[in-house]
Amino acid sequence: MKLIFEKSIPGRGQDIFPACDVPVVLPKEDKLRKTTVHLPEISENEMGRHYTALAKRAHGVNDGFYPLGSCTMKHNPRINEKMANLPGFAKLHPLQPAHTVEGANELIADLEKFLCEITGMAGVTFQPAAGAHGEFTGLLLIKAYHHDRGDADRTEILVPDAAHGTNPASATMAGYKTVVIKSNENGTVDLDDLKAHLGPKTAGLMLTNPNTVGLFDPNIMEITRLVHEAGGLCYYDGANLNAVIGIVRPADIGFDVIHMNLHKTFSTPHGGGGPGSGPCAFKDFLAPFAPGLVCKDGEYVRAEKSIGNMTGFYGNFLVMVKAYTYLLTIGKDVHTIAENAVLNANYMQEKLKDIYPIAFDTTCMHEFVIGLDPIYRKTHVSALDVAKALLDYGIHPPTIYFPLIVHEALMIEPTETETKETLDEAIKAFREIYDRIFNAPESVQLAPQTTPVLRLDDTKAAREPHLRYEF
Amino acid sequence: MGTFIPNTKEEQLQMLNEIGYKDFDDLFKVIPDEAKVKGELNLPEGLSEIEVDRKVQALANKNVIFRSIFRGAGAYNHYVPSAVDAIANKEEFLTAYTPYQAEISQGILQSIFEYQTMIAEITGMDIANASMYDGASAAAEACWMCKDRRHSTIYVSGAIDERILRVINTYSFGRESKVVVIPAKNGVTDAEALKAALADDPAASCFLMQYPNFYGVVEDAEELCKITKEAGAKFIMYVQPLSLGVLKTPGEIGADIAVGEGQPLGLGLEFGGPYLGFLSTRQENMRQIPGRLIGETVDTRGDRGFVLTIQAREQHIRREKASSNICSNEAWCALRAGIYLSTIGPKGFEQVATLCSSKAHYMAAELDKIGMKLAYDGEFWNEFVTTCPDADKLNAALEAKGILGGLKICDGNVLWCCTELNSKEDIDEVVAIAKEVF
Amino acid sequence: MVDPKELKYTKDHEWLRYEGDFAYVGISDFAQSELGDLVFVNLPEVDDEVVAGEAFGDVESVKAVSDVLSPVTGVVVEINEELLDDASLINSDPYGAWFIKVGSITETDELLDSDEYDKFIEEA
Repeated sequence: MKLIFEKSIPGRGQDIFPACDVPVVLPKEDKLRKTTVHLPEISENEMGRHYTALAKRAHGVNDGFYPLGSCTMKHNPRINEKMANLPGFAKLHPLQPAHTVEGANELIADLEKFLCEITGMAGVTFQPAAGAHGEFTGLLLIKAYHHDRGDADRTEILVPDAAHGTNPASATMAGYKTVVIKSNENGTVDLDDLKAHLGPKTAGLMLTNPNTVGLFDPNIMEITRLVHEAGGLCYYDGANLNAVIGIVRPADIGFDVIHMNLHKTFSTPHGGGGPGSGPCAFKDFLAPFAPGLVCKDGEYVRAEKSIGNMTGFYGNFLVMVKAYTYLLTIGKDVHTIAENAVLNANYMQEKLKDIYPIAFDTTCMHEFVIGLDPIYRKTHVSALDVAKALLDYGIHPPTIYFPLIVHEALMIEPTETETKETLDEAIKAFREIYDRIFNAPESVQLAPQTTPVLRLDDTKAAREPHLRYEF
Repeated sequence: MGTFIPNTKEEQLQMLNEIGYKDFDDLFKVIPDEAKVKGELNLPEGLSEIEVDRKVQALANKNVIFRSIFRGAGAYNHYVPSAVDAIANKEEFLTAYTPYQAEISQGILQSIFEYQTMIAEITGMDIANASMYDGASAAAEACWMCKDRRHSTIYVSGAIDERILRVINTYSFGRESKVVVIPAKNGVTDAEALKAALADDPAASCFLMQYPNFYGVVEDAEELCKITKEAGAKFIMYVQPLSLGVLKTPGEIGADIAVGEGQPLGLGLEFGGPYLGFLSTRQENMRQIPGRLIGETVDTRGDRGFVLTIQAREQHIRREKASSNICSNEAWCALRAGIYLSTIGPKGFEQVATLCSSKAHYMAAELDKIGMKLAYDGEFWNEFVTTCPDADKLNAALEAKGILGGLKICDGNVLWCCTELNSKEDIDEVVAIAKEVF
Repeated sequence: MVDPKELKYTKDHEWLRYEGDFAYVGISDFAQSELGDLVFVNLPEVDDEVVAGEAFGDVESVKAVSDVLSPVTGVVVEINEELLDDASLINSDPYGAWFIKVGSITETDELLDSDEYDKFIEEA
């Protein structure tokens, strides 16, 4: 398919702007641009067709099943979008006087209350624009807390080996050294290894629970107790909150600070990779360090020892509107989200485990991991091949090669918004692929065959980077 | 009562039984009892769609929508062409995630590749990434890109928006790098102070300026660039992207990195977000770029296709040694920017920048006539600072007429902003009201 | 051409070749085939110190990054700039594609000769 630049014809274009109704005045000549700018010159009709063609070459939740582990690709309700597009929200300038944005600030305050109730925390900052940004924020809160107590020697953040890559990367951004904690044979935190690494240098522990292999850590109370005894704080990576929303509150099991992904658990669309929103909730002793301005009684105020700002204004407000709309809809039944997310995952796991090796074969939470390694060793059909084969069934593949502790991993998260029929169809596809692995392995290795492009050369892309069109 | 769970209670029970569980309690017995919520959460009853619609609309209606806006300061009231909403709201774009599986994500990947090209083009740089959270966080990441083993101090102009500075400072609290603010003098960076500071610091890594700066002044960027580079540091420009329809680009000036707030490119005011951070740079800095990069390649048939590339920089592979932790970015906002720039084209890009500049100069001249003088004598584009006898009083009078006036800044002066949406009549009305008030 | 039989190896799959007081370091054929197509290499700078058993750089494939450890303690006197432009040389000619040349060597890791290394790979 052509790039939009290749459809451009000089002189074509669209008339958007009116003639100037005041004298034309520009800054002085030496301040002005001399180089030409190459932008498309294209009619509205041709441009519309271009993007429609691109849309047809994309796959969203609305196009089909999307069991991308760790990403919670649930249905994005239409009402959320409608509410976020209301001019009463979308047309507000962030620096309008507080008395002209009372509705917006009331919404933020209400959403904070909801999220506090769901997490058990005392306050929420909406500054972070995404999950990783929320992690960074949470770690800065931990850092500010220790520094404020005069305990700046705590320089280490403990992170399990199964953690999302963002955890160690966030720790580095917060100026911490990452100390990796091993998983035990059950796929959860190895308590002895944890104890061995806790000490006066421990600033905190970052934990996803359920973890990235989809297991709820049965020792969670013990884990958070041990970290607190060592003087550290406990950070909850809320990427997997969908598994336990309404059933477990992170604050009740010993966590001090958490980020949530509004674009995962709270149904706001992922938009092809963002915008998300990663609000960070915290216990009251961390409140003095919270970032950003908050509207209290008609005045914008900043926390007394605030770490500063994570984004320029108040975070991704319109995403908050969507999450708020979602929570108004679901209300106190939020636990049904977790129940059905966990049911759907276990249903698929149970129906596949006779043929596919499950990494940790026990009741999973909202996702489970197939470790294809034994099959790969026999057949040379890899997790990547299975993923690509699924494309020909119209299914978005699971997350692959993650978590790192499982070889040839396929991480499957169906979410609660899928029907039994969809799950059954996916199960049938997985089982057919399994047959093909043994009967016609090359057909799996050559998949996909029905997509707009076939397998792409990642090596060439990285060795000879072309990151833009050359005019 | 609202729900998006399709399976009925009966179906749920049937599925539970089919896989060997009595009920949901049985399914959740893997969670220790002591960890579970006791009783019900204190949340309201769920609502039907009509009830939700009514409740949220009521909140929206409590806010004031100004019919005429003369406030910028980081969020700009530009026109969003109809095509932008119509196209971006296609659900294939809206409900997809990061294009990890390239074969069924070519639409997303190509749209970002086109966006990367457009950002490189408007800033005059070689390459751009797939987007950052917002302008301020893009600035903070750009500063970090310049750090190496011998260079770590971040220098920032005192004439930048304090919101940008605050985010840079917050990121630096994490990364433990020193941030030095070069004071502003007469609304521009004090070049002599910059020269002196850099001369004394072999560890200087970069200098960041805003262009036009917070006060709207188009500073002598070439001079600042020369000073910075002579000291062996990298030069970062924080730019208003639409200004580059007429103003000299970071590429022409010699910047190493250009960043900025992409909100003017087809995004609404949105009460501050989601916005769009953009980042472009020279080819040689490619491996220091944070976040996603889309690259061109071929498939097994030799057909062109696009993939996420040079991923070994990123957190999911390099973990604690990654260039940044960013993964989700603002892809959908970048899509909007791509559609916006395709809609307006090269002609519209120059036209909108010209309109902004002309209206601002007209307004400044009209305000001058009633005694509200320009506070600084530097060249400006679409924002400028004037003196004002009583900014609060003026803004209250404007608000009563549905007009959002300029922003009162610390010294009692007012920072005004004009865009293509401010007609001559709107401007004349503001001046008339100001005349009445004082 | 370098004869792999003449080289010394570490259990982390680096090779070492002495030339007078200097040593060249690279990664073995086995290592490059396990890592797959390499797309980039990060090297230290000249005059950097390297420490036996510690990482001095890394190699990137499309989906992974792996540290490369130094078999010796010393000072980098030269780096192979060619690899910075074309990491595929490591795949096509692993024993020609040296990463760094080290001088002022004060300490050397326990090394295997070629036969011992082949045996080590087989056992692993």
